[in-house]
Amino acid sequence: MSVLKNDLMPVRTANDIVVVRQHVRALAIELGFSLVDQTKMVTAASELARNTLAHGGGGTARIEVVAANARRGLKMTFEDRGKGIADLELAMRDGYSTGGGLGLGLSGTRRLMNEFELQSKPGEGTRVSATRWK
Amino acid sequence: MTPRDTSVLPSVLQKRSGELLDAWIAHQTSADGYRPDLMADAELRDQSRELLASASAAVSAGGLESPTHPSWQATRQLLGSIAESRATAGFAPTATATFVLSLKQPIFEALRKDVQNPERLADELWNATTLIDRLALQTMESTLEARERVIARQHEDMLELSTPVVKLWDGILALPMIGTLDSARTQVVMESLLQRIVETGAEVAIIDITGVPTVDTLVAQHLIKTVTAARLMGADCIISGIRPQIAATIVHLGVDLSEVATKSTLADAFRLALARTGHSLGRAPARERR
Ligand SMILES: Nc1ncnc2c1ncn2[C@@H]1O[C@H](COP(=O)(O)OP(=O)(O)OP(=O)(O)O)[C@@H](O)[C@H]1O
Ligand SMILES: [Mg+2]
Repeated sequence: MSVLKNDLMPVRTANDIVVVRQHVRALAIELGFSLVDQTKMVTAASELARNTLAHGGGGTARIEVVAANARRGLKMTFEDRGKGIADLELAMRDGYSTGGGLGLGLSGTRRLMNEFELQSKPGEGTRVSATRWK
Repeated sequence: MTPRDTSVLPSVLQKRSGELLDAWIAHQTSADGYRPDLMADAELRDQSRELLASASAAVSAGGLESPTHPSWQATRQLLGSIAESRATAGFAPTATATFVLSLKQPIFEALRKDVQNPERLADELWNATTLIDRLALQTMESTLEARERVIARQHEDMLELSTPVVKLWDGILALPMIGTLDSARTQVVMESLLQRIVETGAEVAIIDITGVPTVDTLVAQHLIKTVTAARLMGADCIISGIRPQIAATIVHLGVDLSEVATKSTLADAFRLALARTGHSLGRAPARERR
């Protein structure tokens, strides 16, 4: 997989989430994704960015345009050094939330994207990345 | 004067990249403008490393020749995004320029170690100063642009705050929502709707989300909560303006809106509301009546 474009953005305020979303939408349009796909990716970015801020105490978003096997895609990686997640399987379960949410952010994002990876260690932080291919 | 193509700067930047980064970070974190409250150390380090690597690559690819040399393309982009993120985080424009300028000291120190001839050193320092000043100016420009964009966005957010609850008909309220919904303001808008339901004794409230670009789980939860609260106060809600791409996304997210009445347009929702409140539009087709 090669990286054609790579932007690192802060996720520290609610407004940062808006900025990340706008950036993802602009790149998705540039890559020629359909309106439905654009919406899916923007929504996924919104979920992961909000988790980074709300559960992870803030961090960064890395938004990349990637290429592999003659396809291009958009990869988003969210990273924080917050409290981390003890039980990854539980966190991925539909409806599980420690914050009074719907508990659909992680599991929903996995359904919205083609690739999804969640890494976390309690006390060290969390890194989630998700990719959608054109 | 040292011709630029024989400058040692490219090799110094490459060879001493690790120590330059450490010295630069140490410099930044002990300087006046150090704001760990605005940016975490890890992020500061990432940003510094990326900028240093990018400038080093540009210089190696012939960037000392001219500020418009194509090798600067990536650095320019990077500075743009750094400026934007710092403006959004709340750094003053001068603080962001200082971040770049503070790279001078470590680079000067490195050059002093590597260049023994004083005249040669003077030339190299001049090259380095010109380079860093140029990067700082560029950052300043991007920062000002970024601040303008931030202000424009804040303006949009204000619009959101003033989203009006309108009385469409006797017993029917409408809330046309515009803009991004995931701030504390959503709460305010939703509460103002509930308040108006109480004041007017409305039986039906239409929440129109045509102007909402993203419906994620938080927005969905706000909608569901509002519908539930309105129901407790005796009013039915209809959500209108769910565009096809948003409907598809909501389904994949796993959000269940089956308990909530939805219509594709505000006009359709209004017809349904009229029917529910026992009114009818004279020219509405018979099948729209209940
Ligand atoms: N970055 C993170 N750091 C720490 N914990 C996290 C992080 N992301 C998710 N979690 C944990 O995983 C749980 C599930 O996340 P998920 O996004 O699915 O639901 P939620 O954020 O609680 O609600 P919502 O449906 O609004 O997203 C969270 O409640 C939280 O406990
Ligand atoms: Mg979430």
